[in-house]
Amino acid sequence: MIKARITVTLKTGVLDPQGKAIEGALGTLGFGGVAAVRQGKVFDVVLEGDDRAGAEAQLAAMCDRLLANTVIENYTVDIA
Amino acid sequence: MQSAVVLLPGLNRDRDMIAALTKISGRAPVTVWQTETAISAVDLIVIPGGFSFGDYLRCGAIAARSPVMRAVAEAAGRGVPVLGVCNGFQILCETGLLPGALMRNTSLRFVCRRVKLEVVNAATRFTSAYRQGQVIGCPVAHHDGNYFADEDTLTRLEGEGQVALRYAEGTNPNGAVRDIAGVVNAAGNVFGLMPHPENFIEPEHGGSDGRGFFESVLGTTRVAA
Repeated sequence: MIKARITVTLKTGVLDPQGKAIEGALGTLGFGGVAAVRQGKVFDVVLEGDDRAGAEAQLAAMCDRLLANTVIENYTVDIA
Repeated sequence: MQSAVVLLPGLNRDRDMIAALTKISGRAPVTVWQTETAISAVDLIVIPGGFSFGDYLRCGAIAARSPVMRAVAEAAGRGVPVLGVCNGFQILCETGLLPGALMRNTSLRFVCRRVKLEVVNAATRFTSAYRQGQVIGCPVAHHDGNYFADEDTLTRLEGEGQVALRYAEGTNPNGAVRDIAGVVNAAGNVFGLMPHPENFIEPEHGGSDGRGFFESVLGTTRVAA
C-alpha cells in the first residue's frame, strides 16, 4: 500500500474570503499577531500496490483532473 | 426548436428551466439524465441551476466528471449551443468548456435578490435579442458566484468580447472580478451566467427581461446536433 497526502491551496493572488473570516475569528478569540490565514484542503489517498513512480504520476493526474481546480488552486503530493 | 435539459442529482431549477423553455419555444425540452452518454439531435442544451452532488469538493466539480458531460462537451465541439445557468455555469467552468472559475461569494453569504445586468456584448447568439449596453433586471440566487480568472485571461476575454454580461449599477452581489456575470466561449456557442433568466420571463415574475436570452438562442440556432 502507498499512502499519500495531497494538499490543495488557493493560488497567490486569489482572494480567500473564508480565510479572511477565520483570521477575523482568531482575532475575536484574542489571538494577537495573526498576519494572515489561507485555508485549503487535505486529501489522504491510499493506493494499492507499491509502485511509487506509478503512484506519483497517478496522483498528479488525479489532482489535475479532479482534486484541484488549477485555475485557482495549487497542489502538493507527499508520499509517505 | 428542440432543446434538451441536463438532469443531475441535486439540481433544483430544472423544472423552472423546463417551464421557461416550453413557454418560449412552444415545445417541451427533452431531458437527459447524468448517466446518459449521448444526446439526441437538439438545437440547444441547457444545464440548469441547483446544487449538483451537494457542491461536494467544489461547486460543479463532480457533475463536470459525470458521463453526460462528455456528451455535452462532444456536442459543444460540433457547434451545438450550450447554456449553463448558475450551477450550470459552474459546471461548464469545471469541465473547461468555459474559462475561469466560480468561487465562494466574498460576503460568504448566499445571495437571493434582483440585480442589474449590462449586456456588454449583444452580438453573441445568446444575447442578440438585447441592445448593446442594455441594462436589464434579473434575479440571482447563489453562494458561489464569485467569478475569477487570471489577469491575462481576463484581458483576452474582454478583448474578444467573451465577457457578455456584467453586473451593473453597483449591484455585483458576489465580488466577481470586473463585475463579470456571464461569459461565452471563444467559438461563441457555449454561454454561462450566474443569474436566473428562467425566473424572469413574465410579468408575474416581476418582469420579463430574462426572455431575451432564450429568444436569442432559440431564434438563431440552426446547428443540428
